[in-house]
Amino acid sequence: MADIKPVQLTVPEPPARPGEEPDFSHLHIPAAGTASKPPIDVEAQATHPLADELIRVLDDDGNAVGEWVPELSNDTKIRALHHLLETRAFDEQALLLQRQGKAGFAIQSRGEEAVAVGSAMAVDATSPGYGPGLDMHFPTYRQGGLLLANRHSVVEMVCQLLSNTGDRLKGAQLPSMHSVPEKGFFSISGNLATQLIQAVGWAMGSAIEGRRNVAVAWTGEGATAENDFHSALVFASVYQPPVIINIVNNQWAISSFQGIAGGDVATFAQRGTGYGLPTLRADGNDLLAVYAVTEWATARARAGHGPALIEWFTYRMGSHSSSDDPSRYRSADAPQSWPLGDPIERLEQHLLTTGAISAADIERLHRDVDEFIAQAVAEAETYGTMNSGPELGSDHMFAHVYAELPDHLAEQQAELAIEEEMRRR
Amino acid sequence: MTAAHDETTASGDETPASGEAEPSTPTGQADTAPAAGTPEEVESGARPMSMIEAIRDALAVMMERDERVVSFGEDAGYFGGVFRCTEGLQQRFGAHRSFDTPISESGIIGAAVGMAAYGLRPVAEIQFADYVYPGYDQIVSEAARLRSRSVGEFTAPLVVRMPVGGGIRGGQTHSQSPEALFTHVAGLQVVIPSTPRDAKGLLIASIENDDPVIFCEPKRLYNGPFDGHHDRPIQAWSSSPDGLVPEGYYQVPLGKAARVAEGDEVTILAYGTLVHVAKAAAEESGVAADILDLRTLLPLDVEAVTASVARTGRVVIAHEATRTSGFGAELSAQVQERCFDLLEAPIVRVTGWDTPYPMGQEWAYFPGPVRIGRALEQVLGY
Repeated sequence: MADIKPVQLTVPEPPARPGEEPDFSHLHIPAAGTASKPPIDVEAQATHPLADELIRVLDDDGNAVGEWVPELSNDTKIRALHHLLETRAFDEQALLLQRQGKAGFAIQSRGEEAVAVGSAMAVDATSPGYGPGLDMHFPTYRQGGLLLANRHSVVEMVCQLLSNTGDRLKGAQLPSMHSVPEKGFFSISGNLATQLIQAVGWAMGSAIEGRRNVAVAWTGEGATAENDFHSALVFASVYQPPVIINIVNNQWAISSFQGIAGGDVATFAQRGTGYGLPTLRADGNDLLAVYAVTEWATARARAGHGPALIEWFTYRMGSHSSSDDPSRYRSADAPQSWPLGDPIERLEQHLLTTGAISAADIERLHRDVDEFIAQAVAEAETYGTMNSGPELGSDHMFAHVYAELPDHLAEQQAELAIEEEMRRR
Repeated sequence: MTAAHDETTASGDETPASGEAEPSTPTGQADTAPAAGTPEEVESGARPMSMIEAIRDALAVMMERDERVVSFGEDAGYFGGVFRCTEGLQQRFGAHRSFDTPISESGIIGAAVGMAAYGLRPVAEIQFADYVYPGYDQIVSEAARLRSRSVGEFTAPLVVRMPVGGGIRGGQTHSQSPEALFTHVAGLQVVIPSTPRDAKGLLIASIENDDPVIFCEPKRLYNGPFDGHHDRPIQAWSSSPDGLVPEGYYQVPLGKAARVAEGDEVTILAYGTLVHVAKAAAEESGVAADILDLRTLLPLDVEAVTASVARTGRVVIAHEATRTSGFGAELSAQVQERCFDLLEAPIVRVTGWDTPYPMGQEWAYFPGPVRIGRALEQVLGY
């Protein structure tokens, strides 16, 4: 007869809280180069063992090993480092602008930059050659690296943070909620996971028209609990459109660790296996692994073999946003103790190990990038900040609610004009 | 029982809902629809259709004209929908343009947002409006705001079709009228036809519209007009001039009400099923009512409303949805703000009760001719 235990509510707890030593001993981290790489047209089921693996290319010494080593020139790898550094420098400046009261809010991707940069470079959304359309990323607010890797204007990005007169979105959105169609970057909602099923719908459009353009959906591990995640997976499973669903498992959803989203009982990649989707799980702090796995999924989708789901295993080194303090809910030393390291240091180690770049080159690159981003911030501030300089007109608020301004909005706009005139007097 | 109601028995066997309103001769500024056409056009190129056939015809016309138009929903592909509105589309246009979906309203509408952003013109069917709530976030937070949050660089030109209203013994999960949950949302347009001809022209206009449209289909009107007398024989659209639907492509423009009865004693503002009930109630009460079929709730045809109130000075608002914070509250506020000096009596709302739509007491819930007749009496006797 089976054991009988007391019935009790299980509330998962992270291994370490504030004041405790970080503990990652429970993680199963296979050696780099051990995961097998199937052909792009493999049956989905053949990938399911990879949902419980961890695809790694860079070993502890910075060597690229195994079947997943991508064919990348040194120039491309150095370009990737450049974009990683840009992303980190941009985030640091964004946080500074918030602290200075020039921006209302800041969000950063520190520690997980390789996921966005590697994916952007592998998908290459803005490259022609797949038909008249672009590919489209459906990001969260933690994938600003997509824009930097796709060489979007940094000045324009900073203006968005400042909601100033140079803001492309004319004050409509929170800082970091960019929208840049020509860079394959879909408008960020701010509500979580809604973009996943939209990405699937976008890819269904591509399939309906018989094109090879892919949609790339993004979510954090926490928002995989949302209904729209499951809508996205079932629609992706049923209609097999060219979509890549990325789960960035950075271990934290504001203050809730990944166990509260169900990560203690199964990997997030395994959520795709029940839907019969190809599922892969990879080291998100390994730029070469991110590139290789994304390149595989993109090639598969473009070749008509349908969707794929990827869990990127990484760590959110910073706070969730400028509104929370991680020392209140997690071990202070956890980011530095993450066993898979820092994505920038690991790529630098690889470039040094392979002789692609010198230490002096790296130092110069850091300096150049910091200067470039600082200059962009200075230029952006000439268009105003949240509390100084030129302001956006209030008419923008009404301009894009509908394709054509309806009468009731025209009336309200006129009311506001009178109010503003009175305030000026 | 009121005196007004006593008079109804004399004309009980007639079809008061459609008998006096010649659909091809709308009058007044309220209806500028080219779609309504001239009587000649209607006679030469029109055929009788139910509202179901008219909706199906609108979809077929648009799918023929525009390859970007796709239609999908639960049971809406091969089988053609539980109300048959999409019957034959898959066979005619292929499964890639008319298909069944998983039972997931957030998925249906979320995917529609993505398809629309891609460049298609998706028409999503929600099997009953009562089921739309899992997809509400995708409508309110996503479809409605995509244009404004991207300065018009991404848009969601989609249509969400959904059967609304009761009177079919559907109980509390197949009878609701949630239109006010959508009229409260910036970025949406909300449409509700009351005749087959309007249904087709409004649906075509909705598909061609560059913004998301919530298209409410009063399911009690699918097969025939309904004057609210549930105990009388069912009418078919084929016996009504409103069931004569022009062939081919035409639009009934969004944002324009139709003046479906002319009178100078009282204005009745109604939409959907209640247009027919209001016409019956006015006729049975012997009241010269100026009746507006609003057709589009958002944006509202304020001009038509104020013009009618200027003619009558008295207003009854009728809808099937619950009263508190219903669309009648918005109508009442608009009339009060714009026509206060013209009003000779307080505005009266006739609605469903603020209860879930019941199964066993359907006709006690439904705002039928007696309830409207009583309101007319109240407003005229003030």
